[in-house]
Amino acid sequence: MRWIWIDKFIEFTPRTSAVALKNCSLAEEHLHDLYPDFPIVPHSLIVEGMAQTAGILVGEARQFKEKVILAKIGKAVFHRLVRPGDTILFKATVDQLNEQGASISGRVELLDDKAHAAGIGLVAEIELMFSHIDQNISGIKFPEHNFVFTEQFTDLLANYRLSAPVTL
Amino acid sequence: MTHDEIYAKVKVVLVDALGVDDEEITPSAVIRDDLGAESIDFLDIMFRLEKAFGIKIPKGELMPENVANDPAYVENGVVKPAGIAMLKEKMPHSNFTEFEKDPKVESMSKLFTVEAIVKYVEGKLK
Repeated sequence: MRWIWIDKFIEFTPRTSAVALKNCSLAEEHLHDLYPDFPIVPHSLIVEGMAQTAGILVGEARQFKEKVILAKIGKAVFHRLVRPGDTILFKATVDQLNEQGASISGRVELLDDKAHAAGIGLVAEIELMFSHIDQNISGIKFPEHNFVFTEQFTDLLANYRLSAPVTL
Repeated sequence: MTHDEIYAKVKVVLVDALGVDDEEITPSAVIRDDLGAESIDFLDIMFRLEKAFGIKIPKGELMPENVANDPAYVENGVVKPAGIAMLKEKMPHSNFTEFEKDPKVESMSKLFTVEAIVKYVEGKLK
């Protein structure tokens, strides 16, 4: 099962910041349940999209050798709803990063100049903490292979770095 | 920075990291037992202290790691004299008076109080 809530990276500065984009579509089945007559993108999945954007940023900082997991959501304030047909940007910035983990500040924004001009382009402000679980202070051991960064995630970054116009 | 100024900033750090009320934070409050901190909260507290005071906290300096699992320091759930000596060396900012009376592993968390954090930051800023 694919559990990817971002479509592509549009900016990536290692150890500093990243911006990922997601097109929200009525073809995504979960929107039909929330709510049947007024579909919206669930806030939980917006947080997940930010976590994936930021998690790849944190993972890349140590060449995906660490098992990076989302450990804490410090803040998640939502300012507006996201509807099918909207495109949203996940903007993640590293606040702190060390061998034990990282803290990230995130903003989710609509890709819509008119909405921003009207002052309603900001979707959410999210603060996340990630832990490198192999460096945990309790000394707990985890499986050796990196079960966090599957190809589903590393390919997103690889494709950004390969980005070139596709011509046929 | 005075002790009171450091204490005030440490309070803000703990309120933000742990989501507790300002009134719950006292100098003797134990971070884990009284303020409900979990393992991940210690990393959050460390990050926020670094940012608030402009200091760097190396791994294991604020709180020694893996002590409970080390047979050189712990036996049958009790911290051995070598373990106590190591903890005292690594945590000069903590008060060991009560802990030494009954040095059980599960009581180690009581060494990490609000005042211990304040004293640690004081030492870093000197």
